[in-house]
Amino acid sequence: MSTLLEVSGLQMRFGGLLAVDGIEFHVDAGEVFAIIGPNGAGKTTVFNCVSGFYRPSAGRIDLDGQAIAGLPGHVIARRGVVRTFQNIRLFRSMTVVENLLVAQHAHLETNLLKGLFKVPSFRQAERRAMEQAAYWLDKVGLRAHANREAGNLSYGQQRRLEIARCMITEPKLLLLDEPAAGLNPHETHELDDLIRDLRKQHGVSVLLIEHDMSLVMAIADRILVMEHGRPIVTGVPAEVRADPRVIKAYLGEE
Amino acid sequence: MSRPNAIKNASLAALVTAVLTIPMLGLRLQPGGGLEHDWLLVLFACAAVFAVQLTGDRLGFLARLKPTFRLPAVVGEGGPWPYVIALLVALAWPFVAPRDWLDVSVLAMIYVLLGLGLNIVVGFAGLLDLGYVAFYAVGAYTYALLSLYFGFSFWECLLIGGGLAATFGVLLGFPVLRLRGDYLAIVTLGFGEIIRLILNNWDSLTHGPDGINNIPKPTLLGFEITKRASSEGARTLWEALGITYNSAYQGMALYLIVLLLVVFTLFVINRLVRMPVGRAWEALREDEIACRSLGLNPTTVKLSAFALGAFFAGIGGVFFAAKQGSITPESFVFVESAVVLAIVVLGGMGSQFGVILAALALTIIPELAREFSEYRMLVFGLVMVLMMIWRPQGLLPASRPRLELPQ
Repeated sequence: MSTLLEVSGLQMRFGGLLAVDGIEFHVDAGEVFAIIGPNGAGKTTVFNCVSGFYRPSAGRIDLDGQAIAGLPGHVIARRGVVRTFQNIRLFRSMTVVENLLVAQHAHLETNLLKGLFKVPSFRQAERRAMEQAAYWLDKVGLRAHANREAGNLSYGQQRRLEIARCMITEPKLLLLDEPAAGLNPHETHELDDLIRDLRKQHGVSVLLIEHDMSLVMAIADRILVMEHGRPIVTGVPAEVRADPRVIKAYLGEE
Repeated sequence: MSRPNAIKNASLAALVTAVLTIPMLGLRLQPGGGLEHDWLLVLFACAAVFAVQLTGDRLGFLARLKPTFRLPAVVGEGGPWPYVIALLVALAWPFVAPRDWLDVSVLAMIYVLLGLGLNIVVGFAGLLDLGYVAFYAVGAYTYALLSLYFGFSFWECLLIGGGLAATFGVLLGFPVLRLRGDYLAIVTLGFGEIIRLILNNWDSLTHGPDGINNIPKPTLLGFEITKRASSEGARTLWEALGITYNSAYQGMALYLIVLLLVVFTLFVINRLVRMPVGRAWEALREDEIACRSLGLNPTTVKLSAFALGAFFAGIGGVFFAAKQGSITPESFVFVESAVVLAIVVLGGMGSQFGVILAALALTIIPELAREFSEYRMLVFGLVMVLMMIWRPQGLLPASRPRLELPQ
């Protein structure tokens, strides 16, 4: 399997605070890779570095062998790394389907004159965008809510819409920041199925931050455990579960 | 608040009022020298403030007093008919309107144009721009100068003026991209003043405070709309139509030109909001970080909003210069920006129909109440406050959705 994302020696410093240091991991194509750790371990900071919201203080981040560390967020997104947010960030007063149309901006006809005169290529691109949106709404079970305001959806629906909005950009790597937070067990189960499906049918790799251990253990191929901004262990779920350092980090020392 | 406390507060407020009003209302300089005083007015003001302060808590009922009338549903669901009817009425208007009303209508249409343009920046993209009048000035001076020095025609300048204003929009956009909200508002406010001051002080180019006179009127279908043709070989519209000139005709022609510009603007903006760029503006207003995470470049999205908003102000400016025949920097003061912003807020951010209504209301009502023109700003302020209490979303809030997925 080829390596999609390679992170090495990643360090992020905020003034005197060393938030993240010495992070090393790689995500293979088609893999689900999870980062776990106690609150404040620096997981989201790693995410922000990978997705271009922070410029890392040191270290390399390569996507398909090309360095992406320090590039602006929208450039990294166009290279195929898109993310969801811990506290959902939808375009709340736009409708569900419009949320999905905005996400396809990069694939659409943005020439002003072509749009003003509705030339055939523009119409075609818009129709395709609508079809794509319909496809993804079916996939995440929101078709019936397509024309509602996104802010009026239930929490679980908003989570699914955010994932659909990422997937419609046709990413290589999907970054999910605590996707199960606030979901009930039933919804978490649906999320589990959705992620499996995305990976199988759409070949997307997933980098996941999650606190819900049952979800992580069920879907992650490999797991990185962080504590105080540093990596402790990387391994398959069974190894991680059995590792005394992980147990110590989570439960404290006896 | 306890009663003694309330009385104390009210007395204090009355005292402050007294201090403020004595020089303004109480004392008056006599033409021949010496002061005349009128304590009754001061007493009146103090009593009013005292009473309102004392009963202030009970004025909260105003906020609960929701208007009982219902505003009509937003047009757009009934197919094209409302638009057709509105257009027909607008077309018929100059032929039935009294003459002085035609002048007001032309002015109102300019504000409609400006309101629609600023609506792109403030309503759709959510960028608070307090210097919008600068782009209006750029358009007006573009036409004035190009026709003065190079003899460019109105219709040529319409494009050039719009384009130049858009360029200025981008120039302003670059340094302020990182700013938002209050900070952005302050910088744009400064930009508006800078443009006005340049126009005021660059004597050799703009003739400074004297402004530029004898700006040619626009042509309609290639014919001039002045009484006599300006040069040998040119023909006036009246000659072409075989009618004798009447001074009201010029107003009609101007009205039809500005109506054309408004219809063009409406068409363009209506298309824009259904295009990727329009959706990107709204998305940016909603959440800039989410935009970036989806690969939208906030810089280009913001710049496109600034540029297109400025473009329409530029067009409005070119027309304004042509209509007035003479312009001075005094026409482009901050109050103009404030009025246009008020139009957008009053109409409902992002709502085209609301903006049109508000623009008409804010230009026509002051004309109706000309006897009360001294109280104009007072009424203006009162209307704004009441609007914010009763209908903060504006007269006709933006209608959604713009695009529907068929079920």
